[in-house]
Amino acid sequence: MAMPMESPISFTNVGRIRWWQRGIFASQTGYVLLALAVLLVVMHFASPYFFTEGNMQNVAKNFSFIAIATLGVTFVIITGGIDLSVGSMMCFSAMVTSMVMTELSAPGSPAGSLFVHMAADGKTVLANVPGLILLVSLLAGLGVALLAGLVNGFCIAVLGLSPFVTTLGMLSIVRGLGYVVSNGRGSFPGGPDAGYFYALTSGDVLGVPVPFIYLIVLALAMAVVLHHSSFGRHVFALGGNEKAAELTGIPVVRVKIEVYVICALAAGLQGIIISGWLGSAPANMATSYELNVIAAAVIGGANLAGGIGGPLGAIVGCVLLEVIRNGLVLAQVSSYWQQTLVGVIIILAVLVDRIRSRMI
Amino acid sequence: MTNAQATPVLELTGIGKEFGAIRALHDVDMQVLPGEVVGLMGDNGAGKSTLVKIIAGNFRPSHGEIRFAGSAVHFNRPVDARGVGIEVVYQDLALADNLTAAANVFLGRELKRRIGPFALLDHKAMAARALELFGELRSETRPDDLVKQMSGGQRQAVAIARTRLSNAKLVMMDEPTAAISVRQVEQVLGLIHRLKEQGVAVMLISHRMPDVFAVCDRVIVMRRGEKRADKPIHQTSPEEVTALITGAKEAA
Repeated sequence: MAMPMESPISFTNVGRIRWWQRGIFASQTGYVLLALAVLLVVMHFASPYFFTEGNMQNVAKNFSFIAIATLGVTFVIITGGIDLSVGSMMCFSAMVTSMVMTELSAPGSPAGSLFVHMAADGKTVLANVPGLILLVSLLAGLGVALLAGLVNGFCIAVLGLSPFVTTLGMLSIVRGLGYVVSNGRGSFPGGPDAGYFYALTSGDVLGVPVPFIYLIVLALAMAVVLHHSSFGRHVFALGGNEKAAELTGIPVVRVKIEVYVICALAAGLQGIIISGWLGSAPANMATSYELNVIAAAVIGGANLAGGIGGPLGAIVGCVLLEVIRNGLVLAQVSSYWQQTLVGVIIILAVLVDRIRSRMI
Repeated sequence: MTNAQATPVLELTGIGKEFGAIRALHDVDMQVLPGEVVGLMGDNGAGKSTLVKIIAGNFRPSHGEIRFAGSAVHFNRPVDARGVGIEVVYQDLALADNLTAAANVFLGRELKRRIGPFALLDHKAMAARALELFGELRSETRPDDLVKQMSGGQRQAVAIARTRLSNAKLVMMDEPTAAISVRQVEQVLGLIHRLKEQGVAVMLISHRMPDVFAVCDRVIVMRRGEKRADKPIHQTSPEEVTALITGAKEAA
């Protein structure tokens, strides 16, 4: 039922916005990326060690350790929510993973007998199916994250509780559960599949740390989901105008639950990767990491008011934080200054964005 | 235009709505025929918005029955109303500022193309269709501009373009001419004429007497939650409608 056009539409009164005033060039992510580039050049001249292969690998590995969780929390922030439980979630998922792995690898236990048997020498434990224990324990670790994400999402989307309060509660609940199941002690990945576990979490492929590879793959997937799927479109719409999203028939409750589940899963995966690098999952692991994760997302341009954010920003935020930390170490500045500086950068990044949007 | 034999597209019988102790609507009967433009007028608090929200599925009526295209309907959510063919242009337009014009037009019913197992957004098709719709509305609006950067008239065009996506049988417009320029008012009124020509019923909720008298076939006046008048436009006058709205004249 197309209506006839009287004449082709002309744009006499509406100018086109210049390319450099649109997209990434007009975003906080854009100039934080610029600031990062400047910082890298400065670092190169400040320290001869900065651009060495070993240091670069270190930087890549270190920022990957919070970047995957930052991708997850960025989803939540775009919808205008917040998830404070990511740090605790990292710890709990890692702990459950390594505890399940250890449990299933004990030959005497009822569960263990399904998965492992004793070798002929009576000392070595062999897996019945190589890799199965690893798979089950990873699923267990991600499974608890999924549950916590569902509870967060249910409380926020269905019961209408505030995201801040709900996830603050979940921060405490999950951390507490971690202490309960481990009795306050840490747990260690063990058994016949521990080798695979370490290879998958802290190994490297052709000199590239595997966490970095996961990060790139997940970030690309996130970019496609956010900008080329209707789910991503709905995530942005929810952050832009929740009432409009509701009126236009977007399944608001479902989208909200989904973003909290994605966030919890990303945190769980992140925790499992960190525990592989640490070699254990201590009960106080990743304490207050939620602040680093949220800070990285905000520095990278995610707007806590909702509606703006993306994977590039999340990564840029994480890299910037890590380069500053690394730079301060190389410059032999007391590491106590690091936290102070991070705070200054958060405020600066948001301030510059405010000034820029007033100028246009 | 009024055709006695035609099935009314919308038929309300004895609609009432209470919010706690407040009676917002009482015993409202009305009919809207296909291709008819009905003006709904009334002062603030007269019950216009409540009535619109009931028809649009935001509220459920406390009493009465809604029939749409001949069959009784019960809407739980706005999507249900849209499903049968009722489109609404909300007064606050229900736009997401952070998205482009095309994204807003297609919000909640994005066009997709399949790539392997994935259904990805078809940006090109949506932009092309949106541009076509803006052309029909004579609005200089680029589909890939952010709504945040747009004028009031452009925002209005985006909101109206939305209703043109589906084969709506009834389009309700809540104060579509309140916040836009004189030229754009002409455009919106022109669009209402075009909808009418295609047999789409339009319900125009407006404070602006000239607009109502320019496009409507019939005017319904609400006062204190009740329908006070329902007259063909040529049998009434702006003076009479004003009197009905203010209560100087009780009913007509």
